[in-house]
Amino acid sequence: MEKLLEVNDLHVTFSTYGGTVKAVRGVDFEIHQGETLAIVGESGCGKSVTANAIMKLIPDPPGKITKGTITFKNKALTSLSEKQMRSVRGVDISMIFQDPMTALNPTLTIGTQLIEGVREHQKLSAGQAKAKALEMLQLVGIPNPIERLKQYPHQFSGGMRQRIVIAMALICEPELLIADEPTTALDVTIQAQILELFEKIQAATKVAIILITHDLGVVAKIADRIAVMYAGKIIEVGSKREIFYQAQHPYTKGLLNSVPRLDVKGEKLKPIDGSPPDLFSPPQGCPFTARCPLAMEVCDKVYPNTTDKSKSHKVNCWMQDKRAQQLLKLTAIK
Amino acid sequence: MNLAEKSTKQLPSPANIPDAWFTWKEKDKAEMQSVSRPSLSYWMDAWRRLAKNKLAMTGLIFLVILTIFAIVGPILSPYDVNKQDLPNQYQPPSKAHWFGTDNAGRDVFTRTWYGARISLFVGFMAALIDFTIGIVYGGIAGYKGGRTDNIMMRIIEVLYGLPYLLVVILLLVVLGPSLTTIIIALTVTGWVGMARIVRGQVLQIKNYEFVLASRSFGAKTSRIIRKNLLPNTMGPIIIQMTLTVPSAIFAEAFLSFLGLGIQAPFASWGVMANDSLGAILSGHWWTLFFPAFFISFTMFAFNVLGDGLQDALDPKLRK
Amino acid sequence: MLRYILKRLLIMLVTLWIIVTLTFILMVTIPGSPFNSERGTNEVVQANLEAHYNLDETYIVQYFLYLKSIVTLDFGPSIKQPSQTVNDMLMRGFPISFELGIITIIVAVLSGVTLGIFAALKHNQIIDYLAMGFAVLGISIPNFVLATLLIQQLAVNIELFPVARWLSPAHMILPITALATGPMAIIARLTRSTMLEVLTQDYIKMARAKGLSPWKIVIKHALKNALMPVVTIMGTLLAGILTGTFVIEKIFAVPGMGKYFVESINQRDYPVIMGTTVFYSAFLIIMLFLVDIAYGLLDPRIKLHKKGGK
Repeated sequence: MEKLLEVNDLHVTFSTYGGTVKAVRGVDFEIHQGETLAIVGESGCGKSVTANAIMKLIPDPPGKITKGTITFKNKALTSLSEKQMRSVRGVDISMIFQDPMTALNPTLTIGTQLIEGVREHQKLSAGQAKAKALEMLQLVGIPNPIERLKQYPHQFSGGMRQRIVIAMALICEPELLIADEPTTALDVTIQAQILELFEKIQAATKVAIILITHDLGVVAKIADRIAVMYAGKIIEVGSKREIFYQAQHPYTKGLLNSVPRLDVKGEKLKPIDGSPPDLFSPPQGCPFTARCPLAMEVCDKVYPNTTDKSKSHKVNCWMQDKRAQQLLKLTAIK
Repeated sequence: MNLAEKSTKQLPSPANIPDAWFTWKEKDKAEMQSVSRPSLSYWMDAWRRLAKNKLAMTGLIFLVILTIFAIVGPILSPYDVNKQDLPNQYQPPSKAHWFGTDNAGRDVFTRTWYGARISLFVGFMAALIDFTIGIVYGGIAGYKGGRTDNIMMRIIEVLYGLPYLLVVILLLVVLGPSLTTIIIALTVTGWVGMARIVRGQVLQIKNYEFVLASRSFGAKTSRIIRKNLLPNTMGPIIIQMTLTVPSAIFAEAFLSFLGLGIQAPFASWGVMANDSLGAILSGHWWTLFFPAFFISFTMFAFNVLGDGLQDALDPKLRK
Repeated sequence: MLRYILKRLLIMLVTLWIIVTLTFILMVTIPGSPFNSERGTNEVVQANLEAHYNLDETYIVQYFLYLKSIVTLDFGPSIKQPSQTVNDMLMRGFPISFELGIITIIVAVLSGVTLGIFAALKHNQIIDYLAMGFAVLGISIPNFVLATLLIQQLAVNIELFPVARWLSPAHMILPITALATGPMAIIARLTRSTMLEVLTQDYIKMARAKGLSPWKIVIKHALKNALMPVVTIMGTLLAGILTGTFVIEKIFAVPGMGKYFVESINQRDYPVIMGTTVFYSAFLIIMLFLVDIAYGLLDPRIKLHKKGGK
């Protein structure tokens, strides 16, 4: 599979009243054509900021990409002008947002909102654009599309709206879709339908998806690979199987333990104690130290290097060090 | 930020870490539970934000000084407010008369501070009465809810449609202009806006109570009221009050200008401006300038203070 | 939508009824009013008043006849100028006041909205600060102060414009400027703040994510939503402009209804005060009703609300 998007050493900061928030602190990952990468983490860990940074939709001021590169098919997005970036948005990369209730303009018909994207980027007549919109509505499973085009967002349910938002995002046939918490604001049954829709669309259009979520259930269903983010850094990345069954980082394990699982019987849910560090002045060492059950002196002082567990599985944790393994054995004997 | 980076570089790179660092870290539960962000109390934080707003602070300081002068200004001056001194008519500002004299030879400096008393009094009284009626009416409507609320809100909707200043003018024509009647007239329909806000806030509190009861927070209730409820509900009310004051001050000046304002022996800024309308054409600018300046600057001060409070008290904006 | 209109209509009628009844009650109670015996007026006026207000009937009958005369737009005679009726004055004065008011509101909306949008788009930049500084001044300086300032500076000192009266476009500039500045400032501030809020909405982000140009986003997605709150305060602004015409017409000697109204207040010409108050209140209340309807038409969500919006 060909590499579609590559993010290298991305840093994003926000200047606020209280100081500078270092929201993303050196993130690397890539995504290949047609695959689904999930970025998982607690709220405030920088996953949405990363998504917005790829689209260069970070409000500046106060936000700023201070360091790093984002490359889409040999095109360095980070060095594109705002005007050049506009021909990438919606055409090469599309984005959908968490709350379908607010992502649609309440005063415009959904037809208008669907069509404006294609008409901006492709030389289509009004009729062709409308035909395209109808086709998209059918793809995402909206019944009676012809009448529905003339209606306003408030006349649709939450699930239907999210379908429309997805149709809007896909109408120019982008190669990458960034979905920022696409199911969080929806009912559980609707969530499942939307996830099925993602699978159906991916089969039909071969679009790659970056799925931003805090919900491991969503991830288990549709992700190919998973990146776990904590306090502005990716601390572990691997295939779905590797993350779910061979998680290395204590934080990843903690996340998995805090989710109810049907395949493991009689196990108690264990929430992770404490809260993430203050990103105004993030710790110099591993940010998880304060909450980590396996914290060592070194964790506080130095951020761990990346350890390759397999070709696809990478983790940043001092427990990977031989000396830490010895310490663990010693403790176990005692 | 640079400092932090430097200090990282002075530490050993991940490749050569001393073995001694590979020991379990001692930690106490408290550290784990502590929220890393220092939590300022709501009012402290609001004050900090307000103090940072230079414009709002300028307004606040101006109002404090104005209040002090309104109290002591007339005492400092050797002239009587209403003492006519026709030979000294239209004296330009001088050492004897800092702000000059008006068409009847009265000292503009003295009259300006008397005007400040009237304006501030009218403004604060109107705000206070609006607040009192608004709290009672809005409180009952919001607390009772249901049909009572429905009927009370319909009444408010009808009253809201009444043209405020026209009703005030009508009342003053009938009641006869005086300080008391002006305040009555201004508050007869003025409380409606406050009642609406209070009702909205009370409804919000009711929701909080429901949450509180269902989660049975127990002893922590008072803390939650102090930390969450009051800030969320008092903010809009305080802001509404800071906006009532200047609009009442404007209304008083406006009515005085129409000849429906405070009558002699009182002197309000509006009366002074009205008296000096003719004088401005003959070049006696100071008779208009001082009352006009103080009306405008007082309104300005209240407006910027209101804006500042809005930014400082609105929890939505807090990050 | 129909329900919404009917509900608004009902509220409007009740408000109108209250203002008419209020004027009647107030007039009955004060000495010197047409309803009161201590009038001290001359015989011509006396006869006019008795004929119009049916003074030999009971208060109840008077009240209903008064209601009827209001409904048929007959506001009765003047006390101080026996040869004139209130209707004569309204016919002569109102068109001029209406002209002043309507130009003022157009100027205020156009300039206020433009200023507000530019301030929002250049948020925290020099244009924003200048526009908002100007707006705060505009709100703070009462219109009668601004009017006298303008006369002194632009009409007396440098004689750029005529001092007073209402004869040519040149005569209109100063009164309109004095009257429009306050509402313009309010509109500018409101447009700016709602525009800033709208610009942070998800649908704006969505529009950006579609790759639309900033210009298109503002015109198509932000503007309409940002202007809705401006529509809702139009009623209040109209009331402010209308009462503002009283002082502006007095200062600039514009022969509009406001000038007659102020004179009638000073002379305690009660029928004129009553008639004008009722007429202007009715005008404003109807305007408020139309504004509500316009809001309902602008916002597609209101059509579905069973209770008619907020």
